[in-house]
Amino acid sequence: MAINLSLPSPEIRERRLSAILSYNGTASDLLDKSKRGEIKCLGRLYGQCSDCQEGCATSMASYVRGGAVVAHSPIGCFAGDAIRDNAGKAVSAVRGLGDFNNRTICTNILEKDTVYGGAEKLRKAIFEINKRQNPSVIFVTTSCASGIIGDDVESVCEECADELDKPVVPISCEGFKSKVWSTGFDAAFHGILKYIVKPPKKRQEDLVNIFNFEGADTFTPLLGKLNLRTNYMVPLATKEQLETLSEAACSAQICETLATYIAHGLEQEYGVVEVKAPAPYGLNWTDEWLREIARITNRTELVENVIKSEHERVEGELGKLKEKLSGKTIYIIAGDAYTHNLANAVGDLGLKIAGVSALHHDQRSDSDEVNTLQDLVNSAGEIDNFTVCNKQPYQLIKLIKKVNPDFLIIRHQGLTELGYKLGIPTIFEGDANYSVGYDGVIRLGNRLWEAYITRKFIQNVAEHTTLPYTDWWLNEQDDPFYYEKGSKKE
Amino acid sequence: MSTLIEKPRFSCALAAQQTVLAIPGGIPVIHAGPGCASKAAGFAAFQSGLQGEGYAGRTHISCTNAGEKEVVFGGEKNLEQVIDGALKVLKGDLYVALSGCTAGIIGDDTAQVASGFARNGRPVVGVDTAGFKGNNYIGHELVVNAIIDQYVGNVTPSVKKGLINLWSVVPYQDPFWRGDIEELKSLLEKLGLKVNTFFGYESEGVSEWKDIPNAEYNLIVSPWVGLDIVRHLEKKYKTPFIHYKSLPMGAKATSRFLRTIGKETGVDPSLVERVIAKEEKRYYEYFISFSDFVAEQRNVLPYELYVASDAEYAVGLTDYLVNELGFLPYGIYVNDDPSGDKAELVKEAFAQTLKEYEDKLFFQADGGLITTDIEKRLGKSKKALICGSYWERCIAKDTNSFFLHLSLPISSEIITSSTYVGYNGGLRLIEKIYSYAFNRGNLSSRTHVE
Ligand code: SF4
Repeated sequence: MAINLSLPSPEIRERRLSAILSYNGTASDLLDKSKRGEIKCLGRLYGQCSDCQEGCATSMASYVRGGAVVAHSPIGCFAGDAIRDNAGKAVSAVRGLGDFNNRTICTNILEKDTVYGGAEKLRKAIFEINKRQNPSVIFVTTSCASGIIGDDVESVCEECADELDKPVVPISCEGFKSKVWSTGFDAAFHGILKYIVKPPKKRQEDLVNIFNFEGADTFTPLLGKLNLRTNYMVPLATKEQLETLSEAACSAQICETLATYIAHGLEQEYGVVEVKAPAPYGLNWTDEWLREIARITNRTELVENVIKSEHERVEGELGKLKEKLSGKTIYIIAGDAYTHNLANAVGDLGLKIAGVSALHHDQRSDSDEVNTLQDLVNSAGEIDNFTVCNKQPYQLIKLIKKVNPDFLIIRHQGLTELGYKLGIPTIFEGDANYSVGYDGVIRLGNRLWEAYITRKFIQNVAEHTTLPYTDWWLNEQDDPFYYEKGSKKE
Repeated sequence: MSTLIEKPRFSCALAAQQTVLAIPGGIPVIHAGPGCASKAAGFAAFQSGLQGEGYAGRTHISCTNAGEKEVVFGGEKNLEQVIDGALKVLKGDLYVALSGCTAGIIGDDTAQVASGFARNGRPVVGVDTAGFKGNNYIGHELVVNAIIDQYVGNVTPSVKKGLINLWSVVPYQDPFWRGDIEELKSLLEKLGLKVNTFFGYESEGVSEWKDIPNAEYNLIVSPWVGLDIVRHLEKKYKTPFIHYKSLPMGAKATSRFLRTIGKETGVDPSLVERVIAKEEKRYYEYFISFSDFVAEQRNVLPYELYVASDAEYAVGLTDYLVNELGFLPYGIYVNDDPSGDKAELVKEAFAQTLKEYEDKLFFQADGGLITTDIEKRLGKSKKALICGSYWERCIAKDTNSFFLHLSLPISSEIITSSTYVGYNGGLRLIEKIYSYAFNRGNLSSRTHVE
């Protein structure tokens, strides 16, 4: 589907990608139904807190080196800012990029602003952060409050951009506008594509855009083998790097859920090829990914040797891990396409998939040629107990207990504790780059093993935990999707 | 009141969901956009010394995840369904529905929805905590008063002699709240008083809340937070209140606290003096024992004091460090954003024992300006102790200054039962502050390390 940059913000995922937040079945059934786009996003009668797109948008904009963010919101939306400053410092150190300081300010919308409007305050904040930090670019994120009171953020940004003579990029990401938090990534990418990226002056044929989070530098060693340079986006990129995104040979991503919008947009607007192979998690996907990138960058003569020697290099260690883990079961909880990555990678360790819960599911992708669920079914075969569920620990508990897995892997902040409280060796996939490539599979195996050998702690936690759920919910009611709209309850 | 905010230190009124979670058996139900509850927990539970999700917190929090539809058509029906679900799915004693910005602007009546359940005998309370109404200190007061009105209700008090309701620090927003409340309680118990604490692991939960009208006194230990609560209780149940304006840390302040409370509540003065004598004896043995170290290291130890925290801690900590440990205040930044008359109360509390340093007391909620000001005053000094949050830790790291975690956000120190309150708290502070000398490189009394 074409991306329309003349719009103030992208279409939300519910409409653009037919995203859903709930599903209960199997991987191939979900795939079939998604192809027909027939699953509806109905919502539930009872639910637990989700996350909002404002958080995702900010998680991209905040880490632009030399850039600044104005959060046009009450203080609650912005209160967690220190986490980003800290994460920025951590990743900057890991990647050898020196100091990092998060430059942000919040308009702190108060009651009177909801009556008289907050546009003037926003203007003041833009000028203030400019004075304090002299950033190269200023992003302005919106919130539920600014959206409902109807501040014309786009116009304020345009005026300020003229006066300050630097890009002031509006990112429309009001939390209430989409139930799918990942829409916020699209919102940030929309702003970057629309206001920052410039047409290419030259093609940098050895440059690969890698859309990712604040993860470790695991792509450089991988792409280096093909004499390619890694261009990490967006965290820690400078404004200049964003401007020249259009010059890269191709764009790849750690997970299609993150960057489908911008990868597709760069292809559509500037001919930067979007890598359609699934992300490099698991040996076979890493092979395919390297082959695809080699093909795009005319390095096919190199790639087969690299693949062969990499397989030989990790073979021994992988064998040892397989001996320990083979036949054990694992449950995976992560963002949509990232569950596919993990589900593919654990197969290399001999683990059996007990179940998967994706935090949402896009029934289609921005590029019609990308379908990672299809790739997963091709690679791993059918997966039973395949569900979609936007956090909702009350449901996850029932789903996990039913299959009682040996291991649990979770990629979403705040959920890992659930595994501990249930007494299951659980790892947090906090750094999405860490399980990438051939070494990533080894690292994943070692991390799982470490959780297993230290499990006394987890067991101790579980023994002394009181879960907050009623007997009725845990033991008498057997449908985890009982509160789904359209289910038998209604 | 503050305007723009860089480097935030508090959240919005909705983050008082953590006040509900601090009550044993307390279950918050949020009527707001999809990100609010999660963000409030991320800040107030995670960035508060990694206190954890608690019993039914963080991802477990029930929420309407209000979207476009609720904003256009109203979300009361949705809230009703979610409260109904929460009552069935979650095991608790008290369910408090808090509404956020979306509900606040479109005018959903949360208390009204809650009252429908309360009429049927269900323990449900509703309160409007829209984020733009104020910060979570204000939110805390709103939530407590809503529970008093809607759950404790209009009952005739039967006053129990010696029973005290303790209103002090804000749970989670004070990262040491668990230890602080336990310590305050144990101090009061030494005087023979019985104490309802309402929050924390030692509280008996809702039965203490039901007991509120029966207290002989409401005691507020804070310059301003909680004043709206005790005034409300005075009106509602005619319970007199004692306003103790600072958090007692160390021997001088704690003995003063015990004397004042003893006098106000009519405790036998000889009992008070016996308690104090015993505590002080023990305390000063420990106190003197560490002075050997200071004696030899005086010239590498800090004395220039910077504090960035809420009013309660700013006053309590500064009092102790200045009047017992000999520090000199260089910049004391109060960042809980008290409005006009409440700021006056903070100044009053500060002046009680720190009058000559009034020009070092600042009210500032914009953390960017706090950082700039500290950096300016600090210059190249190697004699500073900076007490505050993650943000001040950044300054301390850059300048190799002494540092103490005191206020949110704190995401690089685990806090469990620690407290700096009372006699024990003072000793704990000594350990924390002076041990920092060893984090700054090898320390030897025979080599002067800058
Ligand atoms: S849902 Fe809305 S009010 Fe809540 S944190 Fe997100 S943007 Fe802010």
